[in-house]
Amino acid sequence: MSSTLSIIEKRTAYTLLLPAVCLVFAIILFPIFANVWISFKEVGLKDIRIPEPRAKKIVKNIQDSSCKLKIIYKLRNSSLIQDIREVKFSDKLPKNIEPVNLDKRCEFKSQKIKCFFGNWEAGYRENFEIFVKDVNNDAINSKYVKSNKPDLNGKSNNILLTTDFTFKNFKNVFINNNFVEVLMTTFYFTFFGTLGAILLGIFAAQLVNQKFYGRTFMRSILLFPYVGPVVALAYTWTLLLDPNSGTINSLLINYGVIEKPINLLGQKYLIINILGLELKLRLALTTVIFFEIWRYFPLAFLFILARLQAIPKDLYEAADVDGAGPFRKFFYITLPQITAILSILFMIRFIWNFNKFEDIFLLTGGASGTLTLPISVYQQGFAISNIGMGSAVSIVIVLLLITFMIIYFKLIGKKANEI
Amino acid sequence: MKFKSLIITLLASSIFLTIIICIWKILATLQGLSFTNLNFNLNLLLSLGLVITCVFIGKKFNHNLKVFILSLLFTILYTFLNENSPMWFSVGIFLLILFFINKLKKYDLKYLNQDFISEKIVFEFLSLFAIVFFALVILFPFYIMFVTSFKTQTALLINPIDLSIDFSTNIFEIFKSYFVIFKTYDFGRYILTSSYVSIGTVLITLLFAIPAAYAVARLNFFGKTFLSTSILIIYMFPAIVLVIPLYTVFSQLGLRNSVEGLLIVYTATTLPVAIYMLQGYFKSIPKEIEEAGLIDGQNWFGIIIKIIIPLSLPAIASVSLYVFMIAWNEFLFSLMFLDNPKTFTLSRAINHLTGDAETPRQYLMAGSVVVTLPILLIFIYFEKYLVSGLTAGGVKG
Repeated sequence: MSSTLSIIEKRTAYTLLLPAVCLVFAIILFPIFANVWISFKEVGLKDIRIPEPRAKKIVKNIQDSSCKLKIIYKLRNSSLIQDIREVKFSDKLPKNIEPVNLDKRCEFKSQKIKCFFGNWEAGYRENFEIFVKDVNNDAINSKYVKSNKPDLNGKSNNILLTTDFTFKNFKNVFINNNFVEVLMTTFYFTFFGTLGAILLGIFAAQLVNQKFYGRTFMRSILLFPYVGPVVALAYTWTLLLDPNSGTINSLLINYGVIEKPINLLGQKYLIINILGLELKLRLALTTVIFFEIWRYFPLAFLFILARLQAIPKDLYEAADVDGAGPFRKFFYITLPQITAILSILFMIRFIWNFNKFEDIFLLTGGASGTLTLPISVYQQGFAISNIGMGSAVSIVIVLLLITFMIIYFKLIGKKANEI
Repeated sequence: MKFKSLIITLLASSIFLTIIICIWKILATLQGLSFTNLNFNLNLLLSLGLVITCVFIGKKFNHNLKVFILSLLFTILYTFLNENSPMWFSVGIFLLILFFINKLKKYDLKYLNQDFISEKIVFEFLSLFAIVFFALVILFPFYIMFVTSFKTQTALLINPIDLSIDFSTNIFEIFKSYFVIFKTYDFGRYILTSSYVSIGTVLITLLFAIPAAYAVARLNFFGKTFLSTSILIIYMFPAIVLVIPLYTVFSQLGLRNSVEGLLIVYTATTLPVAIYMLQGYFKSIPKEIEEAGLIDGQNWFGIIIKIIIPLSLPAIASVSLYVFMIAWNEFLFSLMFLDNPKTFTLSRAINHLTGDAETPRQYLMAGSVVVTLPILLIFIYFEKYLVSGLTAGGVKG
């Protein structure tokens, strides 16, 4: 009895899970594995269109005989790089109409013209003509003839399904494309973006954890940057920072802080002189990091605030009795209480910032020293149109991610469940 | 001890006052006042004077009278010593000083004798400063976005820091950018597409996630622990590593440039987090209620529809709002999959606007307002639910 119940339970569980699992498998897991496949192939963006045989049908009346028509099919191979094999063609004629002097490649059976065109090389074109007439010598309505659409099919190689592989993509990724520089940029961006967001999050949480007038209002406002659409916010910041007539540059010039506008998003380095030492600051990268901090500190804030509100009040009361000031309270009570959540936040945000695409893409497009790995996937795959290379970079990202996740689960995986 | 805390009070408070007055001045500049100098040092001296008078008068006076007279006096001093300014600017300064002196209310020479008072004072002013800082840093871009959408191209080119709205023209002139983006750039259609995609994603995600979450939360089956850990791991994989295979497959299947393709992808990417959030909530529902349902002869379908869903409406609301927000704000997939203006979502449409360098910035900002406003309003209205969604799904983003 109990075993049949458990079988029913299992069956129910699998039925309930099946749709969700299938969808996730098709859209998330399959692409990750497909990446491995594509990354070992030489595929360009133009190769992924499957070549199709196409035909455009034109019907023409023939002078002084209304019972005859000329049909022109403009045939072509849609691809300029690949052949199509065994092209088959069929078109239906209305009742009582039959072809005259049909082409040798074709035959006419039960009102259907069927042709076998053989192989079409890349970029193949042909004007294929057929004359038709009415069996009873009645006038033909050309619109009626035209209403049928010809049907074509053929075989072609799908470049994605062939089995010729190459290591070229990976070689290119690691050797040719400043891989080390891109990796370092990604790490700078990720590390400082995460750190800054968490620091700002601590400040904001500490602030909102106090009592003051308009506190709930403040809490909503603090989440705005994260809730707003990234497109709108990124473009607003681009306009704010614009060197020609951006608000921030104009304000700084107006108050005499700077003489010339600074291109905060378009200048790779800013050289600063401190005590005779020349320091090179990655300007555009720094700006992008600040945007990242601005946009994602609300998340850190939310987590830290939740933790802060769970700290028992008597700890602070005891500290009051001991005569500790606010700074001491922060460093000796608050900080030890939130270190666990901070370490988890740091790891999770690190993983996520590592994959950030939209923010950098919309602000700089990866120019002026802000090229990170995710942007590089886009550049390789869609700007340079080399899908194989893009996939290879994706594979590098996935491998790094898996490493981070292993570190994460080893270090704090168990703690994460407790909190 | 007393001397030290006095100095710290003076410095912290006067620096704070100077900074907020400078911020007020900068904001006034954006309204078209032509200030070119912040007069930081002069203002700092004035503020110092104000704080000193305030502390030494202490409680010897009627408080309200003291606040009012001092504010008025110093406002006149500020206005006199700084550049000429219109009335509303001085009123702003007056209100700022009024607020400030009210904050100084309890500070007098006696109060400054307490233990740790200097630390407390610094902390207090740091908090005040932090409120101003966060409010400014966060709201400023939104303010600029909003105000720019009401300007004209020529006005912006002549004086880029004058963002005041010219109310003397008629209403059509003020809202011109909005009329243009709806008429010329077809934003009405994009709003519809975006709403359709977002609401569709929410519905399909719930349809798939509720049964799956119920199975994970309640039923025993082979591979359960594996499944629940893999949900989180799958959730960690970013869109950017999926984009190339999905692009190739969708091109070959003809799903690119279709709203349906977008719906499938959005649903799949939000499913893991939806299942994760819902199963946590389902586990908190007492099992006895379901067992009662089982005894009444309900099958699992009946249990989900009649017991689980009504009991977990708050969690479903958070999931829905969170998924809606993700779908509404999504950019990467809409950039990759849509090139036909007929199928654009709002985000993609704004990106398309910037593709043409000639597009005036006020249209761009009007478009940004159109895409931002709905999600912010939804957030403000349903804040409680969305915040719990954000906290649960916040690992990603």
